[in-house]
Parts: sequence; structure tokens; C-alpha cells
Amino acid sequence: MSSEPQAAAGPASHDDAVIAPPRIGINERLLTILVPIIMLGLAILGWHLLVTLNNIPKYILPGPQLVFQTLWSDMPVLFPALLVTLRITFSALGLAVLVGVLFAVLLIQSKWIELALYPFAVILQVTPIVAIAPLILIYAPSTQIALLIVAFLVAFFPILSNMVQGLKSVDHNLLNLFDLYGASRWKQLIYLRLPASMPYFMTGLRIGGGLSLIAAVVAEFAAGSAGAGSGLAFRLLEAGFRLNYARLYAALILLTLTGVAIFGVTSFVSWLVLHRWHESAVRREN
Amino acid sequence: MTLEVASHKTASAAVPSAARAVVSMRGISKVFSNGTLALSNMSLDVRRGEFLSLLGPSGCGKSTALRIIAGLGAPSSGTIDWPSSTINAKGLPQGDIGFVFQDPTLMPWQTVFGNVYLPLRLAGVSKRDATERITETLSLVGLDDFAQSYPRELSGGMKMRVSIARALVTKPKLLLMDEPFAALDEITRQKLNDDVLRLWRQSGITVIFVTHSVFESAYLSNRIVVMRARPGQVFADLPIDTAAVRDEEYRTSEEYRATCAVVSRTLHDAIHSAEVRQ
Repeated sequence: MSSEPQAAAGPASHDDAVIAPPRIGINERLLTILVPIIMLGLAILGWHLLVTLNNIPKYILPGPQLVFQTLWSDMPVLFPALLVTLRITFSALGLAVLVGVLFAVLLIQSKWIELALYPFAVILQVTPIVAIAPLILIYAPSTQIALLIVAFLVAFFPILSNMVQGLKSVDHNLLNLFDLYGASRWKQLIYLRLPASMPYFMTGLRIGGGLSLIAAVVAEFAAGSAGAGSGLAFRLLEAGFRLNYARLYAALILLTLTGVAIFGVTSFVSWLVLHRWHESAVRREN
Repeated sequence: MTLEVASHKTASAAVPSAARAVVSMRGISKVFSNGTLALSNMSLDVRRGEFLSLLGPSGCGKSTALRIIAGLGAPSSGTIDWPSSTINAKGLPQGDIGFVFQDPTLMPWQTVFGNVYLPLRLAGVSKRDATERITETLSLVGLDDFAQSYPRELSGGMKMRVSIARALVTKPKLLLMDEPFAALDEITRQKLNDDVLRLWRQSGITVIFVTHSVFESAYLSNRIVVMRARPGQVFADLPIDTAAVRDEEYRTSEEYRATCAVVSRTLHDAIHSAEVRQ
């Protein structure tokens, strides 16, 4: 009965009710978070059941409970090692961003500079880093610097090549417009080329971020045989030699979490920079 | 050599009209690196306050001519004079030219405000000093409420308006438009044509408008230069002398129909003459 007067208010209000904008339901949002968590939980449960039902000894495959216990109890050993690995990873990434961007800006200045220098970047990229890591260990003044160089070399190229591509992919008419207004090369770089290359840079950053962690671990593996360094990868190797697989798995979990965190942070930075204007970061309206 | 001699002759003959010119092209030729002769010995005086259309089939060099005037690519031979402007080191009248491309050519990472600010920013004007001028220009093209929008949030016609506002924000003497509305639908295009005419009447700016539409050129211009292709040359110079106010009524008038007929016939002759020469 009470709805009758409302209906009588006119067809307009009726239409408004019908064409309310679509909403993303709370249920859907909750599911976006819950589904990955539930799947992860199920995988851990499967791991647990596999170990307990088959009575697998812990020196072959430790169960999740033991691994998490070890993660907690071995924190005094693992946490400082994590910090070492993180320091190398982020120093390498920061250096790769700085050098990659500056080198890319240098390369696009002239075709001849690019022809002269780009081959070196390609050679560094295609040479398997594991193969030259021992050499770098010999030549570098300290192990830490050697690790940094290896991680840097790996993270550098994706940032460089994406950045070069981005700096070149500027709308030609916008370049014409800058010429028309007599803009200097510096202003062209600051106001046009750098902002236009942001989507490419962000791709390079996401790839480089993941690779710098992987490269830091690989470098530690290589250096580990020389007996120096106490990064997470070295602890992982050490635990393997001692058949302490619970600690090995705990170290592995820390490394994975670090990788996920790096991916999350770089993706978030990318979203922050691009979400107002770039199609890749804008919600499609359909 | 022969080209140069010829251009000198025309230059001396055209001195009286050149004096009133905003820009004056003398014997301009352009050969592209692939050997195509895009423009051959083109001479043209653009008079102050004129709405001049360059009309012709594709490949007739009308866009090339416009770009050469704007200093985007030097001519292979010939000279360009700016009788009433101060010239910078590149031989261009700095700040006196506005250019509107066929695409809106906006920076997607900048707001409408930021895009219109660009020419002033490049000229070293601070944001605070530029704000009033930008707001003024945006309201001139009817975009008062969209200063903080991003280009991707605007329709095609609105993006074009931003592009026009950006060209006008430096208060140029000469507005160059390179088929600006070719990609728009007919209704939006008519609306923008009316807006451009209004801006032209209000500001007294000189416009060179490149188009391949007979109807558009006949509606807008008071002078139509018809061009011929292969090689690009001036084929005919048609004054459009009409006192009529160009508006909705004019679109259906007998006078407009007659103008369109003359322009259309001339364009046809231009195309035909190029084919005969082939």
C-alpha cells in the first residue's frame, strides 16, 4: 500500500529507479579477495595431507606446520640474511632505473650514438649471467659489489629497452607542435618524451623489479661457493647441504614473499602514475 | 637556377599585395626524399584578416604547403616572408602561428587546462600568469567546465575544441588548420565550423584552412585556393565575395548553392587537368 503514492509520483521517478547505474556488488569484491586466499589455503592443506598421510620424513619433505615453525624459530638467522638480499636487490634496481633511464635518454639523442652503444647493451643482456658471475666475483673489489653488479646487469636491460621504446613512441604531431613553439630539446624531453614514455617505463620497472631479486639470488648462489656472503640464498644453500629442509623451505617462502611484495609495490606505483590517463590502468566502461 | 629567376619576377610584380600580406610564399617547391615532387613553384600571398581555404584532391600538396608555412620541414626551394611579424632565429614568427592538426594531438597525461597551457608554458609563462588567459580561451571554445578533465574523458568534437583553444591561447596572428574536422561526424563538424567562423569574426585573425570538402570551404572562406596534384600547384584563386552572414540560413540559400557549384566545377577541372597530364 505504501508504495502506491510513490508510483503515482510520475513515470520519471519510476524510470530513475530502473536505470540506476550498475554497481560492483560487495559480494564480488569480497570474492576477489577470498578466492585467492582460499585457493592458497587449499594448496597448503593438500601439502599437509600429502606429508602426513604418506608419512614422508622431514628430511625429504617437511610439512607446512614444521616449515612455519622453523620460519619463526630461525628468524634470528633468516631475517638478517633477508635484509642483505633486500639491500642488494633494491640497490641494483635503483641503479638499474637510474642508469637505464639516463642511458636511454642518451641513446635517443642521435642515431649514431644508438648504433655505437646499443650493441654493448645487447651483448650484456644475451650473455648468460651465471656464466660470467664467477668472473665478476674475481674482478670486483668485494663480494657485495660483485653481487650488486650481477643483479644490476640483469635488471638494467628491460628498463633500458622499454625506456628507449617509450621515448621514441611519441606522437609525431606532438613533436611537430613542440617544434612549432620553438621548444628546446630539454623542454621536449621534460614535457613530452618522459611523460609519454611512462607506460613503457612502468613495464620495464615491473620486469626489472622481479629480475633484480632473481639475479641477486643467482649471484649469491655463485658467490656462496666462494664461501662469502650471508644473503638469503646462501642460507638456503647452506640449509640444503645440512639436509635442514624445513629451513630451506622457510627461506624459500621468504624469497617468494619478497618477490610478491616487489611485484605488488611496482604494480601499485604504476597504477598511481597511470590511472588518470592511460588505457591500461583505466576501468573499461561498458 | 631557372626557378629562382622566375620567383624573383613574381615577387617584384606582387609587391603591392605582399605589403598587406601576413605571409607571402614565393616559388615554393618541395621534393620528398623518395623523389616525389609534392609542391612545384607555388606562390601565394595570404592577406590579413582573410579566411583562406586550400582545397584540392589528396596528394595536391595542400597539407605540405601548410606545414612549410608553419616551419615544419623546409622547402626545397623558394622563400617565405612574414612582412608584418618579427622573425626568430629559425625564420619563424614566434608566437604568431597557431596550428590545428587533423587529430586533436593532445597530451593524454595532461588535463584540458594543462594541454591549453602548453604553448604558454613553452614560452616561459608561469602557471599563475597564464591561468586567466587559459580560462578565457577555454570559455571562447565553450569548455569552461572541462578544465580539469582528461582528454580520454572527452568526445571527439570536444577534443578538437581543446586543440583549437591550444592554438588560440597565444593570440596568434595566423591560424593554420589542417583538415581539422575531417574525422568528425557531420553534425559536430557543422557546429565547429560555425564556432570557428564566430572566433574568426570576433578576433580578426587570419585563417588558412586545408580541406578536401567543397561544401566546407564554400561555407567558411572568403577566398578559396584550388590546388592540383602531381605536382602540387595552385590551379585557381577564387574570391568568395558575399555579404551574407554564414549561418544555418545561408546553408540553404541559393547563393551558397551557386558558390558550391562554382567551387565544385573548378575542383573538377583541377582534378581533370592533372589526369590529362598523366
